[in-house]
Amino acid sequence: MEGKLPARVRWHYLAALLPAGLFALLGANLPATAGGQIWNWQVDWVAGLGATLGLRLDGLSMLFGLVITAVGTLVTVYSGAYIGGHRNTGRYQILLQSFMVAMLGLVLADNLILLFIFWELTTFTSFLLIGFEHDRTDARESARQALFVTGAGGLAMLAGFILIGQAAGSYSLTEVLTHGNRLTRDPRYPIILVLVLAGAFTKSAQFPFHFWLPNAMTAPTPISAFLHSATMVKAGIYLLARLHPVMSGPPAWTTTLTLFGAVTALTGAIMAFGQTDLKRILAYTTLMALGMLTLFLGGTHTAALVAAMTFFLVHALYKSALFLVVGILDHETGTRRLDAVRGLRRPMPWTAAAALAAALSMAGFPLFFGFVGKEIMYDGALSMDFLPGPVTVVAVAANTLMTAVAGILFVRPFLGRLDAAGTAIHEAPPPLFGGPLLLGGTGILFGIIPGWVSRWLIQPAVHAMGQDGSPVTLSLFHGLSLPLLLSIITLTVGVGCYLSRHTLARLVFQGTRVWPLPLESAYQGVLRGILGIGRWQTRWLQNGSLHRYLFVIIAAFVGLSTWALAAGGQWPAPGGIPELALREWLLVGLEAAAVVAVVMTRTRLVAISGLGVVGAGLALIFLIFGAPDVALTQLMVETLTVIIVAVILLRLPDLRSRECGDRPVRIADGLLALAAGTAVAVMLINATAAPLDRGVTAFYEQQSLVAAHGRNIVNVILVDFRALDTLGEITVVALAGLSAFALIRRERNGRGGPWER
Amino acid sequence: MAILVGIMVAGSVYLILGRNLIRFIFGLVLASNAVNLLLFTGGRLSNPAPPLIPPDALTPAGPVANALPQALMLTAIVIGFALLVFIFVLFYRAYQEIGTVDTEFMRLAEPVDAVTPGPTCSIEPEEV
Repeated sequence: MEGKLPARVRWHYLAALLPAGLFALLGANLPATAGGQIWNWQVDWVAGLGATLGLRLDGLSMLFGLVITAVGTLVTVYSGAYIGGHRNTGRYQILLQSFMVAMLGLVLADNLILLFIFWELTTFTSFLLIGFEHDRTDARESARQALFVTGAGGLAMLAGFILIGQAAGSYSLTEVLTHGNRLTRDPRYPIILVLVLAGAFTKSAQFPFHFWLPNAMTAPTPISAFLHSATMVKAGIYLLARLHPVMSGPPAWTTTLTLFGAVTALTGAIMAFGQTDLKRILAYTTLMALGMLTLFLGGTHTAALVAAMTFFLVHALYKSALFLVVGILDHETGTRRLDAVRGLRRPMPWTAAAALAAALSMAGFPLFFGFVGKEIMYDGALSMDFLPGPVTVVAVAANTLMTAVAGILFVRPFLGRLDAAGTAIHEAPPPLFGGPLLLGGTGILFGIIPGWVSRWLIQPAVHAMGQDGSPVTLSLFHGLSLPLLLSIITLTVGVGCYLSRHTLARLVFQGTRVWPLPLESAYQGVLRGILGIGRWQTRWLQNGSLHRYLFVIIAAFVGLSTWALAAGGQWPAPGGIPELALREWLLVGLEAAAVVAVVMTRTRLVAISGLGVVGAGLALIFLIFGAPDVALTQLMVETLTVIIVAVILLRLPDLRSRECGDRPVRIADGLLALAAGTAVAVMLINATAAPLDRGVTAFYEQQSLVAAHGRNIVNVILVDFRALDTLGEITVVALAGLSAFALIRRERNGRGGPWER
Repeated sequence: MAILVGIMVAGSVYLILGRNLIRFIFGLVLASNAVNLLLFTGGRLSNPAPPLIPPDALTPAGPVANALPQALMLTAIVIGFALLVFIFVLFYRAYQEIGTVDTEFMRLAEPVDAVTPGPTCSIEPEEV
């Protein structure tokens, strides 16, 4: 496309210093971890929750950390050229580096809670990165799908972690890992297993949660290379490997992991044939790899774990290289369709070389690291605890299909004749093809020196998984053994599959039509159901009717207070009728009658009079029980209220036609009103039955004259002790008066406000 | 006295739940009074003597009524009154603009749509 990069994208290369620096830092510690040392760093964080900010670096974390930082560096450099010039490049780089740091934190965390937090951070950054092209609907939906699926799994995992913390007595991985089989003997082990596997399986896209991964291919291609092949989807694998020493062993672990892994691997390998989008092909082959990794982690023998760790490395190298190659094709030709272009080896020799190296490693040709990985996979499959025979068959079948897919991925776009439209295509700039070339080259290098890889990378990782110190050696040639025979079968049949790829693709296509997997529609159904519940409860609770709102609020008040009363169990002693004089009884009776009148009447005048009686009666009650100031105020306010009500009421319609429609509703209202009244009365009786603490009143009584020089205690409280309260009160009155005045004035001006029609 | 508070609360709740705004306001007045009485009763009614300090003493002579709830009630009464006046004027203006006192038809903020079906009848069918 362009020979020279715009200046504004050069700063991307600065961003690559972060992952590169971290890579160097990890690499400097390689001798230590290879020697079995564990580097530990702790800071107290939320001590009450047992959450410490602890990091821990052992062989397993080292292997994952090196892959994360190495691929991260290459992807950052690549991104500069790939996405440079996009208007949101800044956000892209921030998200990419945030993800990288979160992922590194995940594999370095020593505390389970910390691990969970990093886990969720990768989920969020992944959500934002998948939805980077947020003006596209499919990108938004894929992002949301990935967030929901992995987020739900993450929550389950957190519950599992808390149970682990309770069973093991600590959230520190260092401590949990010393407990041996304490977890597997715990009665909560089955629950822990289900919860932790839910987290790992959703993150690592295991069947039946695998559907989000192919959809996540809406992300920019370097993101797919980084997140959805080399790192984030391996977080589940990391978790399984991390907890392998303390959780593996029981048949539940072995069986579940083997079965789910095998199903995922076969589903991915078969579905890869039915795709025409290069990225989706890669996504399905990633599923196959994740399935195989899960399967091997179901084993307990060293061979299976060596296979898992080796294949993890093999896959990270070739798959991210292939993703980056597809990104180049997309970038330079504008299409990711498998059949769109041919013969690209001529205009794009470097990219073709990178693709060839990666594809041969994927196919497992001798001399490539993939071949070493495949040999060791068969070794591991034969050592499985659960159904070693069928597992070996699954491994051979999946690898065979991988060989064929590798063929398709390289041969289709790069070989053949370049058509006329293709002559305008140029080689990508070095930052683009450099990454995949380096990754592909590493695949060859590791294939040549497998002993070095096993000594420094694989063996420390396997030893960190609790295997005894027996040395692990990888070599290119294992001698004439069953794995070698299986490798030969794989290559031969794989080539056969490649040749008959059209038939296979048709079969897969028809198969998915005849027997479609309802998983995605099940997910959509659940989503629709949740939205439906939301709409239903909005319709029911928030229908815009004031009556409904008030009814719900008051009913909640009655319900809660009744519950509190019933739970408190402190009902007033019977016979507590107070000794009241006759005039007091008459007053109470008058008040009650006035209330009834206000409620029942249909004429405004009766209602106003009733209110007046209630207010004036209240003033009398205050007077009788020693509150002359309050009585005075009450009388004044009551008079004013009645006057104002009377003035305004004359301008409002009458109280007629109460009988609008729904009589049952009014009966329900009446019952609720009675219940509310009863609840308040009972609570008040209860409250007055309890002894009163007059401490505050006593203070005012003592200090009123001495400190404030006033003999009317109530007045002193208002204007002296609590003068600020009174100031606030006056402000409220003034504001209310001003607002009322403003409203009335608007009317006088005659010109309406927002309601004018 | 507690039972009287109960009766007042019941009456006010019933009025507030009605659809007519005028009765709603009556309910509000009643509720405000009920709460004041509740505060007053909560402070105990045992001493009929007002909380005053005689001219020749430093502290009240003998037991007096609880001064604290009285002070709080005074504040509550005044604020309740201010609120009432404001709400009353607000409702009056709303009636002028919308032409109804039926809360089911005051739906400017939450209009009737497919999600929220409107009322089937009005309490004032002949109102302009």
